[in-house]
Amino acid sequence: MGKQVFLLVGTRKGAFILASDASRRSWEVRGPFCETWPTNHVVADPASGTVYAGGGNEWFGPAVWKSTDFGASWTHSSQGLAYEAGQQPVKAVWSLAAGEDGSLYAGVEPAGLFRSTDGGESWTHVDGLQKHPTRPEWNPGGAGLILHSLVLDPADRDRIWVGISAAGVFATENGGASWETRNRGTRADYMPEGQNYPEFGQCVHCLVKAPGEGGRLYQQNHCGMYRSDDGGRRWESIETGLPSSFGFPAAAHPRDPDSLYLIPLNGDIKGRFMPEGNTAVWRTRDAGRSWQAMRTGLPQGGAYFNVLRQAMATDTMEPAGVYFGTNAGGLYASIDEGESWDCVAPHLPTITSVETLVIER
Amino acid sequence: MGEDALRERPDEASAPLPAPVLVRLPAHLIVLFPGAERLVSLRAGNVAELMDGLDARWPGMRERLCDETPAIRRHINVFVDGRRARLSTPLAPGADVFVITAISGG
Repeated sequence: MGKQVFLLVGTRKGAFILASDASRRSWEVRGPFCETWPTNHVVADPASGTVYAGGGNEWFGPAVWKSTDFGASWTHSSQGLAYEAGQQPVKAVWSLAAGEDGSLYAGVEPAGLFRSTDGGESWTHVDGLQKHPTRPEWNPGGAGLILHSLVLDPADRDRIWVGISAAGVFATENGGASWETRNRGTRADYMPEGQNYPEFGQCVHCLVKAPGEGGRLYQQNHCGMYRSDDGGRRWESIETGLPSSFGFPAAAHPRDPDSLYLIPLNGDIKGRFMPEGNTAVWRTRDAGRSWQAMRTGLPQGGAYFNVLRQAMATDTMEPAGVYFGTNAGGLYASIDEGESWDCVAPHLPTITSVETLVIER
Repeated sequence: MGEDALRERPDEASAPLPAPVLVRLPAHLIVLFPGAERLVSLRAGNVAELMDGLDARWPGMRERLCDETPAIRRHINVFVDGRRARLSTPLAPGADVFVITAISGG
């Protein structure tokens, strides 16, 4: 008996799964899966080990793919993954989340939320979000009007947070029936002077929940990095000490609510690279009060790639592993909480998402 | 050839069945449905019924080809006897139907 660690990787050309034993020193690359469909997010239900991959094909529309044997075989479905007749059709699945109660959620483009209670075989629209009074005024971000961050509360199945580009953060406390905005304290620098703290319309890039019972959330926004200690009702900037206020992914530590990983870029109008072409993951261990750049083993100089919003994750091992994938197809791994890094797959397609699964075998 | 599925529908039971049409499906659709074939003979009076027939044989195939507008998906082209068709396009007996994916790359 021992642990097996899987990296679940979404790419523009299918899903990949990397597998290792508990040492996490040698990774077997499996894939591409899902008939090389553009795949935006690959997750696993830790209780069952079932892997789900969400994406969308320009020809054939949105789908959630499913494998119960760690990638050896796959099925796909989009039954019910559609709005009412006459609405703008669902184009792609952008985010997936498996709940503790066996439910599976999918966030889609154009922004909306769907729930499956039969393991992704069929879907029901959680239409309360689309009924929010701000819906007619939601505007798309650079990647479209996408529901890209989908955060469930392990302690309360009725509480869900979502991040929508560029409508902001919304939360429900009643299983999706009604929603409220959760953007207070986050900036919208692109709005006219005096309107930089609207109720909604912020360009949230990534929303993650810290471990534990508290309501601590972190977000990487187009305009800053933030921490909330009350479930998103109020956000505080944590960008002081970082090289910029712009980036895409965020990854929480599996056990320490004060630890967070970010990848700041050089701003939104200078190519969106890491500053000076030097790769760095930035870590805080005091909830964003101070930051440390982690560079050992990462390309320094001439590294003009970026890391997309869902493409960084941690695992549940001790010490925690941290992983990120680049738009240039490189997958990097740290097995010591970010202190040092190795490239474990240099030439995958553009990486859209990275998640992890640890099982006993 | 899809007739069984159509015959199970009560509204079809008394009406005469439409004549069979010949449908050619794209390879990258076929790989999504184990057992599916490139060349299919189906009874259908229009393109929407043809989609029903495909879906009855290979559940989920209609969602791959049509969206909730409802319409044929934007990057899917259906040609009936050489002319681009919509869901409402009628199918004459023996019609030749091509389901084609638009050119897309990257």
